[in-house]
Amino acid sequence: MTLLSYVIDKKEYYLEIVNVELNGAEILIRFLKDEGVEHVFGYPGGAVLYIYDELFKQEEVKHILVRHEQGATHAADGYARSTGKPGVVLVTSGPGATNAVTGIATAYMDSIPMVIITGQVNTWAIGSDAFQEVDAVGITRPCVKHNFLVKDVKDLAETLKKAFYVATTGRPGPVVVDVPKDVTIATTEYVFPETVEMRSYNPVVKGHPKQIKKAAELLLAAKRPMIYSGGGVILGEGSKELIDFTRALGAPITNTLMGLGAYPATDDQFIGMLGMHGTYEANMAMHECDVLISVGARFDDRVVGKIEQFCPDATIIHIDIDPASISKSVVVDVPIVGDVATVLTDMIALVKEGKSGQDENALKAWWNQITEWRGMNCLNYDRHSALIKPQFAIEKLYEVTHGDAYVASDVGQHQMWAAQFYKFDEPRRWINSGGLGTMGFGLPAAIGVQLAHPDATVACVTGDASIQMCIQELSTALQYNTPVKIISLNNRYMGMVRQWQEFFYESRYSQSYMETIPDFVKLTESYGHVGMRIEKPEDLEGAMKEAFAMKDRLVFMDIITDQTENVYPMIAAGKGHHEMHLSPERELA
Amino acid sequence: MRHIISVLLENESGALSRVAGLFSARGYNIESLTVAPTEDGSLSRMTLVTEGSEQIIEQITKQLNKLVDVVKLLDLTEGAHIEREMMLIKVTAEGVDAREEIKRLIDIFRGRIIDVTDVTYTLELTGTGSKLDAFIEALGNTTILETVRSGVSGIARGAKSLHV
Ligand SMILES: Cc1ncc(C[n+]2csc(CCOP(=O)(O)OP(=O)(O)O)c2C)c(N)n1
Repeated sequence: MTLLSYVIDKKEYYLEIVNVELNGAEILIRFLKDEGVEHVFGYPGGAVLYIYDELFKQEEVKHILVRHEQGATHAADGYARSTGKPGVVLVTSGPGATNAVTGIATAYMDSIPMVIITGQVNTWAIGSDAFQEVDAVGITRPCVKHNFLVKDVKDLAETLKKAFYVATTGRPGPVVVDVPKDVTIATTEYVFPETVEMRSYNPVVKGHPKQIKKAAELLLAAKRPMIYSGGGVILGEGSKELIDFTRALGAPITNTLMGLGAYPATDDQFIGMLGMHGTYEANMAMHECDVLISVGARFDDRVVGKIEQFCPDATIIHIDIDPASISKSVVVDVPIVGDVATVLTDMIALVKEGKSGQDENALKAWWNQITEWRGMNCLNYDRHSALIKPQFAIEKLYEVTHGDAYVASDVGQHQMWAAQFYKFDEPRRWINSGGLGTMGFGLPAAIGVQLAHPDATVACVTGDASIQMCIQELSTALQYNTPVKIISLNNRYMGMVRQWQEFFYESRYSQSYMETIPDFVKLTESYGHVGMRIEKPEDLEGAMKEAFAMKDRLVFMDIITDQTENVYPMIAAGKGHHEMHLSPERELA
Repeated sequence: MRHIISVLLENESGALSRVAGLFSARGYNIESLTVAPTEDGSLSRMTLVTEGSEQIIEQITKQLNKLVDVVKLLDLTEGAHIEREMMLIKVTAEGVDAREEIKRLIDIFRGRIIDVTDVTYTLELTGTGSKLDAFIEALGNTTILETVRSGVSGIARGAKSLHV
């Protein structure tokens, strides 16, 4: 309640403004509106019915009804990855929450900003094994950046604000807010909390000037400098700074699987992805460089391989917003904690200043070496095959979409081929589950991307196994008219599993062959979309053009590919960067 | 090496399980952990005793710092500090000789007898972990019926203090 006083004719009048009390459900929806949330991905159930009732009464916050809560989390995740805005999920208690866990963990591993609102049983019933009760805060604790249980409606708005703040700042991540049903019906005054203060949470932005100076000096004095950048550059909106920095330094750059697009793949200084399925030139350059700068990358085991053999001759600089990422596996020489864009901006100035001191001849020799490695043609494949080679399919996808599509991927060989052959020139275009490697991610993520970018071309690269893990979302795609193009590389195998079994288990293909596969064309049609099956290489381009011309239809392209193809190059787990298996076809250039 | 880490954390339900969960999820050792509210009721003070290489200890402090509920943290082992642990121990004390011997021993260790029956003594002793160990060792043949140790609490020496 507020008192306003005003004076008329020297008499003082009082006006009593009684703030209307809102219930928790109203507050929640009002808050989402005030926070600028446009889409909520969710699925109703008992514990969240008051919230759904409020959703029904308004139009600003659009609810996207998925067909499985895992789909809601992946769709919100794809939405977040492609926009930088937090994805928002609403699910019910118990099974709703547990179904969401895979998607929460997926977002957590890749540091994606997301707020997940889970319904909970009434506060007085918590701990009594009530119907559809799970300890959502407990279950999600190891796979969230933070989580909250709201026990009092008076804390609801502030807690939600904290959730969005924590999810989107520093190193981003998913935050769960568990809301008991009685909190959604209890009432209190609502004021949108414009700001939030948390004494225990203050992410660092500026890097330490001394460290930055030291790093710039090392890089300028290097004979074989190398830049290795990761998903942090995309999350931190540092792509422009990365490009300027790389050009200023004149060094080769490699991106991790998560960092693709942060530096344009068609640029000459880009030498491909690194790591387990990275290019020969990128991995060799890592092995041979004398100063390495890692920008927003976390030295993941799929990138590093054998720690003792990682960049054996290099002095290592590491920029990261998360101090815990620094020297976690590989011990670095110059740690810089800070926001990548801010630190790079400081560094660019120093590099430009000291540019004249660079050893031009050494740099030239280094580039000559890299050109020689590039000559290995490590991504070459048999271009004369009578079967559709999966690499060929991705190359066609790249051509037909003019390199301008958002590409969401599932997990497996197709993911690696997409990463190798689709040349991403912009950040936030490559949407994939890198850290957790979650099959089933691709289709719902693509739907989320399309909702965020209604006019963009969105493709989902998938495999015959992965696509079946969230196939139900074809129904969501119809309801919300998201005309995603599904590029399914159908090899009748869990190809990546088959490849490992071929290499490391003497070709014992244990349980990796899909004995029965649905007729994807009919299946897609039954969901109300368009299905196509392509079996010959010469039919592919025409079919793809036709599919992408159908601007308002989801098209499922069931592309029958060579079953025996493997992803090359490959570094076996725990091996050094210079110990790559190369493709038998690379000679056929 | 053994490290004693002091943590100020939000006095909220769940904060303790976040710390405990971090240690189990990442496979860090916990030798002991004590926690109680401070003079500021919104904060708890935790003392963690852990063991690991320098790299692991660095990770532990960074990961702890990263927890949203952790307000501040100090690795006490990095400077001069005081470490105390309290032990309650119930022993059989039968016969004049045995009772005298235990009394003498607890005096030497500057502990106290805080409960007495015809056949038992309950002793209270405070000190570093190793002093408590030494006392148990010194009890020799005396039958120990029960020991309760509080786990280590620690504080930095000098004017330095861990506060918000
Ligand atoms: C949920 C889940 N289960 C299991 C795996 C292990 N796995 C990784 S790749 C893969 C096979 C994927 O097969 P498919 O989708 O057909 O793609 P392909 O490798 O054939 O291109 C499997 C089973 C996983 N990554 N995710």
